[in-house]
Amino acid sequence: MNDRSSTSAGWFVDIDPADVEAATEAIREETAEVPRNWPAEAVEAGFADDEADYYAKLRESTVESTREAVREREAADDQQLKHSIRAMDDCNRTANELAERLAEWAGTVDPDAGTGVEYARALARGEADDDIAEPVIGSLAERVADLADEADDLREFVDRQTPAVAPNLSALSDPVLAARLIALAGGLEELAKKPSGTVQVLGAEDALFAHLRGHAPSPKHGIIYTHDAVRGTHPENRGSAARAVAGKLSIAARVDHYSGELKPELEAELAERIETIQARTTDEDAGTDGGAADE
Amino acid sequence: MSEQLPEGVKRRAFDGTDRLATRGEPVYGEPTDGAWRAWNPHRSKLGAMLEVGMDTGLEGGETVLYLGAASGTTVSHVADFAGPTYAVEFAARPVRDLLETADSRERLFPLLKDARKPATYAHVVESDVDVIVQDVATRGQARVALENRQFLADDGRLLLAVKARSEDVTREPAAVFEDVREELAAGYEVLEAKRLEEYHTDHLGIVARPR
Repeated sequence: MNDRSSTSAGWFVDIDPADVEAATEAIREETAEVPRNWPAEAVEAGFADDEADYYAKLRESTVESTREAVREREAADDQQLKHSIRAMDDCNRTANELAERLAEWAGTVDPDAGTGVEYARALARGEADDDIAEPVIGSLAERVADLADEADDLREFVDRQTPAVAPNLSALSDPVLAARLIALAGGLEELAKKPSGTVQVLGAEDALFAHLRGHAPSPKHGIIYTHDAVRGTHPENRGSAARAVAGKLSIAARVDHYSGELKPELEAELAERIETIQARTTDEDAGTDGGAADE
Repeated sequence: MSEQLPEGVKRRAFDGTDRLATRGEPVYGEPTDGAWRAWNPHRSKLGAMLEVGMDTGLEGGETVLYLGAASGTTVSHVADFAGPTYAVEFAARPVRDLLETADSRERLFPLLKDARKPATYAHVVESDVDVIVQDVATRGQARVALENRQFLADDGRLLLAVKARSEDVTREPAAVFEDVREELAAGYEVLEAKRLEEYHTDHLGIVARPR
C-alpha cells in the first residue's frame, strides 16, 4: 500500500524525516491520484510523532521546496530577458520624460536651449551654453544622460542574450522584437504555445478587446509592426504581411522552445512570402521603401 | 448588522471606520491596530464575501485548501484565523511574496502547483479539508472546483469567487455566471451566490457544498 510506484502514497513515504532534500524533492516531483489523511498516515508510519510534529515538518518541507521551485523557474533565461527588455523600456521612457522636463526648465534660463535626450547629454558633458549656471539643472541633465546610458547597456544585454535564448526568433526578426514578444507572452514557452493569430496582435490588446466587444475593426498587427517586413509593406497589404510574419515567428518560437536548433530555411521562406505580398499592385504603386529600421 | 464572522475575525475601528481585521503580521502595508490588521475587501474576494454578508460557514480553526493564492494577500488573513492552510499558486513571481507571508505563519503551506492538476499536489494536501477557497483567474473555473472536490469533506464548504472576464471577456457576466453555476451543479449544491460588484467588478461569490 505504501508503495511509491503506485502513485497513491503521501510525500513522506520512504523518506528519512531528517533528510530535508529528499522531502523537498518528493513534494516537487511526486504525484498521487487521490488525497488521503496524510497527517494520520505519517504519524502511523513513524514519520512524525504527532499531528503538530507532522505539520511542522510539512511546513519546513513545503517552504523549502517551493522556494527552490520559484528560484528555478525565475532564473530561466527567458525570464531574465523579460525583465531586461522591460527595464530597457522603463529607462527609455523615464529618460525621455525627464529630458522633456529638463528642456522646459533650461529654456527659461537659456533661450537657445535644445531638446531631447541628446541635449541633456550635451549639457551633462558641459558642452552646452554656459548661461546655465544653476547646478541643479546640470545635475538633472546628468541623471538623464545616465538613464539613457543605462538603457543603451540594457539594449546591448538584450542584443547579446536573445540569440542564445531564442536563436530562430531573433534571426527572423531582431533581438529586441524577439525579446518583446517573449515578454508580452510571459515567456518563451508561453509564446510557443500561442496560435499565430495571437502573436500577430500581441501588444495590441486594447484594440483587440475593443474589437471583441464589437465597436472597432480587428487590429492588423501588434508589436510585430516594428518588423521590417510589416513596416516596409504598403498599408493596404500590411494585414497580409503581418499574418505571414506572425506565422513564421510562431513557428520560430516553437522550434526555439522545443528543439533549439537553428533553421535558416525559415528566414528564406519568410523573405519569399513577403516579396510576393509586396509585389502585389496597390491602388497607388507597390510601396516598398524597405522601411529603414531605426527607432 | 447581524453577521457570523469566524472566530479570529473581528470588526475593528481603523481611523474611525469599522473594518474587518485578523491577528497576524502585516503583509501588504495594511493598517494595523495593535495585533490586529485590517482586511481590505477591495483586494480580497473572500474579504468581500464576508463584507457583503454572505454566510461562508467559516468558524475559525478549519483546515483550508486555498486555490489561486497569488501573493498571499487573502491567504495570510485565512491563515490568521484558520488551522492548517494549503496555499496553491501556479505563477512563480507572486509565490515569492507568498513565501514571505508564510515566514510568520506556522500552519501555512505554500505550494507552487497548478490548480488544474490536483494530482500534482494530492500527495501533500490531505483529504477531507473543511474549506476550499478558490480564486483562480483562468478559464474553466467551475472545472477547477469540480476537480478539487476530492479534497473536500462531505460536510465541507466551497467558497468560490468567479471572475467573469477570465471565462470570456466578450460575454455578459450574468450569462457567464449562469454557465458556471450550471457546470458546478455536477458536483456541488450552491447555497448562496452574490455579486461582489461593490468591491470587485464582474465577480460572483459562491458558497457551495459537495453533493
